Amino acid sequence: MLTTDQRKTLIHVSGMDIELERRGRGQPLLLLYGEEGLEPDAPFIDELAKDFELFIPSPPGFGHSERPEWLSNIDDIAYVYLDLVEKLALKNSPVVGFSFGGWLAAEIATKDDSFISRLVLVGAYGIKAGGPFDRDIADFWSLHPSEVLKLKWHDPEKGKRDFPSMPEEKLAIVARNVESLARFCWEPFMHNPKLKRRLHRIKMPTRLIWGEHDGIVTPAYGKAYADAIPGATLQVIPGAGHFPQLEQPETFMAALREFLR
Amino acid sequence: MQAWHFTEMPYPHVPQGDALESMRVTIPSKLYDPKIGSDLYNRYLDEHVIADELGLNIMLNEHHQTATCLDAAAPLMAAILARQTKNARICILGNPIANRGDPIRIAEEMAIIDNISRGRLDVGVVRGVPYEIFAANTNPTQTLERLWEGVDLIVRAWTSHDGPFNFEGRFTHRRVVNVWPRPYQQPHPMIWITGSSDYDNIKKVASRGYVFATFLQPHDKVKLMFDAYRSTMADHGLPGGAGMAFMPLVFTADSEEEAEKGAKELTWYMHTKTPPQFRNPPGYVGVETNVKALQGAYTGRTDAVRAKGMDYLREQGVLMYGTPDSVARQIKRYYDLVGGFDHLLMMQQAGFLDHKRTVASMTLFAKEVYPQIRDLPRTQVQKAKAMA
Repeated sequence: MLTTDQRKTLIHVSGMDIELERRGRGQPLLLLYGEEGLEPDAPFIDELAKDFELFIPSPPGFGHSERPEWLSNIDDIAYVYLDLVEKLALKNSPVVGFSFGGWLAAEIATKDDSFISRLVLVGAYGIKAGGPFDRDIADFWSLHPSEVLKLKWHDPEKGKRDFPSMPEEKLAIVARNVESLARFCWEPFMHNPKLKRRLHRIKMPTRLIWGEHDGIVTPAYGKAYADAIPGATLQVIPGAGHFPQLEQPETFMAALREFLR
Repeated sequence: MQAWHFTEMPYPHVPQGDALESMRVTIPSKLYDPKIGSDLYNRYLDEHVIADELGLNIMLNEHHQTATCLDAAAPLMAAILARQTKNARICILGNPIANRGDPIRIAEEMAIIDNISRGRLDVGVVRGVPYEIFAANTNPTQTLERLWEGVDLIVRAWTSHDGPFNFEGRFTHRRVVNVWPRPYQQPHPMIWITGSSDYDNIKKVASRGYVFATFLQPHDKVKLMFDAYRSTMADHGLPGGAGMAFMPLVFTADSEEEAEKGAKELTWYMHTKTPPQFRNPPGYVGVETNVKALQGAYTGRTDAVRAKGMDYLREQGVLMYGTPDSVARQIKRYYDLVGGFDHLLMMQQAGFLDHKRTVASMTLFAKEVYPQIRDLPRTQVQKAKAMA
């Protein structure tokens, strides 16, 4: 079995071990982190944990969660998470998802939204907004890494990570997350062609939060996303790229608190 | 020992070095001049016909969206050469089965070429090098699974002769598989599979009785690969017939000086530029290798090889050049260092190396080197004799 730190436990669900981190106290909140797994280590999480009990699962193939061979796309992961939600008996919980986690949150909500009180999607992937010749989501896999950095971050300096000085265990998670993202999202690239036609099923209050300078999924993409969810609103945060929660944590937290109040 | 002539069929007339962002994947086709290109296609085909006349076999490969390889569809070249050559065996090494995504179509194409050539075809199957992922859009995390599912389906399609069967695998579904024509060679053409240091995969190749091939790798690494292959063959008690193949760059000339000039031109291939994102698509290699990559283990390796130069490549056995006797000695040395092998796949043309000098090198090899190495024992035959 994979080792995990003390705040984290492995929960057996859908025939696999899923890593779950629990933090803070208060009303339960399901937090779905992005593909790079940056959020759980970020300071804004500590702020959030003052008001909520955070449930932070790692998707199959991310962190220390298992990735059985039969899983092939985000649809599969959404069903695993519904089993997880049932096992944790989550009720009346806000769900906040970032990037890949935002997409996952939207998928879950279209399948069963009965446990969700409010939904927040931050820089989420998941829909195909344009036509076949449109590049709706910047292809971070075929662009030069330095170019990707500029598209992701308003201040690319903030996005630089010193991999050689990281412990090997951490690097193994970085490498595993990249591999799993490719397994699930290589084609169709970062979207589910069906999702846009299912978003109308989301009935709870929904807020989309976007970085003004997000070059991976632009605010226009966020607007198309919001337009497909009944009553959803889009809030754009200046001075931020794909990670407003990391580049402008105070503005982001104010926006989140205001919506979840 | 069988010798095979090979060229990637390059289109070298593009900006060199850093003047180009990438030689592969994204290189604009406005840099391709059809007048020059059509001459090159015909020239490379001529050289394969000459190889046949010289008594050499022919190896073909394919790559996509790149100036390093004009052959974007190896079965087309193989079909032409099946008609234009008389004696040479023709090996496509290989069909990028994971990237093509339609194993049945490959089974059909290969069966047709096998018939037209009257049984001179060897069918290589490859996982595809990293940058090929982008043109094909195949999932980089499961190319090996795709390869093996495809190979098993192709072999079943070639060897089923009593009407259709169905197939519902992970990557391919067919309700009535019933390939016409059946192959000329029975039960089917020899299958070759390429690899490097994934030993589990090498053992799988050996246990099925297929040929294992590896390209441009130093002798110490190849020894380990070939040892893994041999021990698996022995474990399975398989008879001879398959074997191992190695590809170096080869240039033969009348003088050492002339050979060195030619060899230097062949190394053009090693200086072709590919940006980092195309060299390591996500999940193409395992987590352990990617951890080392994040730690910086592979940055500058190509530069190091470049800096070490020709002598270094020659010592490794990746580059073999010289007078006929010298080339024969280098091949025998490599043969001894890796514990023997069966097929010498020679990249005898690359970059700007022109027709005249390519053919001169090929001819000298065929007439003066090949006779010195042809009788190097086939690995399996030797083993059978030793056991008897």
